[in-house]
Amino acid sequence: MDSKVFSNKFSYKLFKKLTKLSSIKSYAFYFFFITSFISTSYAQDGDPVAGKALFNTNCASCHKLDRKMTGPALRYVEKRLSEDEGLDREWLYKWIRNSSSLIKSGDDYANRIYLEYNKAAMTAYPQLTNIDIDNILAYTAQDKAVPKPAVVAAQVAVGPSNSMGLTDEIILGVFTVLFLLLSIALVIVTTALKNLAKYKGVKIEKKKKGKPLWKSYLENQFLMFCTAVFFLLASAYEFYGWTMQVGVNQGYMPVQPIHYSHKIHSGDNKIDCNYCHSSARVSKHSGIPSLNICMNCHKSIYEYNGETTEEYTKEFYDAEIQKLYKAVGWDDEAQEYTGVTYPVKWVRIHNLPDFAYFNHSQHVNVAGIECQTCHGPVEEMEIMYQHSPLTMGWCINCHRETNVKVKDNEYYDRIHAELSKKYGVEELTAAQMGGLECGKCHY
Amino acid sequence: MNRFGLKILMISLLLLQSCWGDKGDPNFEYMPNMYESLSYEAYTENNLFADSLSARLPVKGTIPRGYSLYEYEDTNEGYDLAKIELNNPYELNEDDMLKAKELYTVYCGVCHGAKGAGQGILVKREKILGIPSYADIGRAITPGSTYHVIYYGKNTMGSYANQLNEKERWMVTSYVMKLKSDLSK
Repeated sequence: MDSKVFSNKFSYKLFKKLTKLSSIKSYAFYFFFITSFISTSYAQDGDPVAGKALFNTNCASCHKLDRKMTGPALRYVEKRLSEDEGLDREWLYKWIRNSSSLIKSGDDYANRIYLEYNKAAMTAYPQLTNIDIDNILAYTAQDKAVPKPAVVAAQVAVGPSNSMGLTDEIILGVFTVLFLLLSIALVIVTTALKNLAKYKGVKIEKKKKGKPLWKSYLENQFLMFCTAVFFLLASAYEFYGWTMQVGVNQGYMPVQPIHYSHKIHSGDNKIDCNYCHSSARVSKHSGIPSLNICMNCHKSIYEYNGETTEEYTKEFYDAEIQKLYKAVGWDDEAQEYTGVTYPVKWVRIHNLPDFAYFNHSQHVNVAGIECQTCHGPVEEMEIMYQHSPLTMGWCINCHRETNVKVKDNEYYDRIHAELSKKYGVEELTAAQMGGLECGKCHY
Repeated sequence: MNRFGLKILMISLLLLQSCWGDKGDPNFEYMPNMYESLSYEAYTENNLFADSLSARLPVKGTIPRGYSLYEYEDTNEGYDLAKIELNNPYELNEDDMLKAKELYTVYCGVCHGAKGAGQGILVKREKILGIPSYADIGRAITPGSTYHVIYYGKNTMGSYANQLNEKERWMVTSYVMKLKSDLSK
């Protein structure tokens, strides 16, 4: 009780003092007063904003504030160390500047934490001054920002689409009203004309009922013959079209075991196709990346923070990342591989028949053709599909139209010189170079 | 009747036309036994192995043709040793360096940035943070340590040994060292 009264008295006094101060000063004081309570007393003397920048450039590759990564989570690190281990800021200075020498000196906690994190050596940061480290510690001592309520975001997301619908409705409504007015006007005009005819005594002739049209059509042999020929030709055409699309999988869009969005990876984040499909440069196959390549980035990226739609929400994408972790056997909590893996059964989309040979490296590496030439706008595809028909006619067409890339390729120099003389052209197409020989693809 | 027959023909043709309506399943094929390979292909399922993968890793204790052994271990000691004594065994010409720049842009640039200052697109978009500059004093990278890290990966960075072959790794390493000296100027 006493202490409560005292604290009340204390705050009353403080309040009185504050009111005495000029308004700006009092605000500043009050601000300091509040922040000193919100943040812990351990890091009053650093600039958290500068600390954040330093943290992001130097520490963030291995540490996060609230999440274990290569190294431990760092929120309230100074407080934790002083309370649990009795270590002061001097120890932190030493550790950050050169952790390995601290470990070698036999420091107890340094050795314990080194072993706890599987001997991942922390990089030395001799370039960080005491002030820099103070700033970083001030940043780590900040409380976690309370996430803004999601309702606001949802409203914002719904807003524009709603207004779009509204304008559409307005336009439709205007058209309906106009149409109604027109039809009413038409009715008025016809009745007026009829009335005029009545007034003037003009008789309107009524049509006689004769043979129905369809009957006379059926009885006319010539017309029936033409119709039969037309339908026969049309059905032959349809049938031909149908037989030609058998075995053509253009537009094939199977459901994959993990929803991998090419749009996010190669469209939004501009990751080169070759990063994941690295074997396209050097082999027949443009390989489906093994999961360790996913983990090059997804060791750090454990959640999705980009644009979402109603169908593809953040929760949806986060669950897909969890699928990846499960398949590759990554324990996200402990930040280590469990060793239990499951093969992901990706569904192959682009299938050439066994009797046609195709080599990616020849096209990607030698010819320097963009992936998009055959695979279409992959960087816009939320779900991957087959863009091109992959028929023989399609291959040959491209070989006829595309010039051989001879620049920086001595291999083709002589044959190009001789063949271009023979054909009397300056640049050879792939077809003129032998790109239409049967044996090139069928053997 | 003639018309009735035509109607049936039309309807059946329309049905035929829409046979491949579901794009989630593959279309019909004329002669599947000519389309599908009898031999195992890299990505086909294989019942001979417990994990059903046709693509196999090299047998333990063997090296694929054209590859060589990397003797440094994936430990802090191995890293320190490689940092001191490992050096580029290849002589690289100008063409190699141009190619190295391309490879760097594809495989490293997304995080490390075009200049190696740690400002790649993934960093700028705040997907991955804390990518150090090659000129970082505390790391003081050398050709040996760079190659070692490309080979094994380190901390959050993964291994790039399966995306780049031995010569390409050395090409990228020397390009990284060029960026480092440019940054240190």
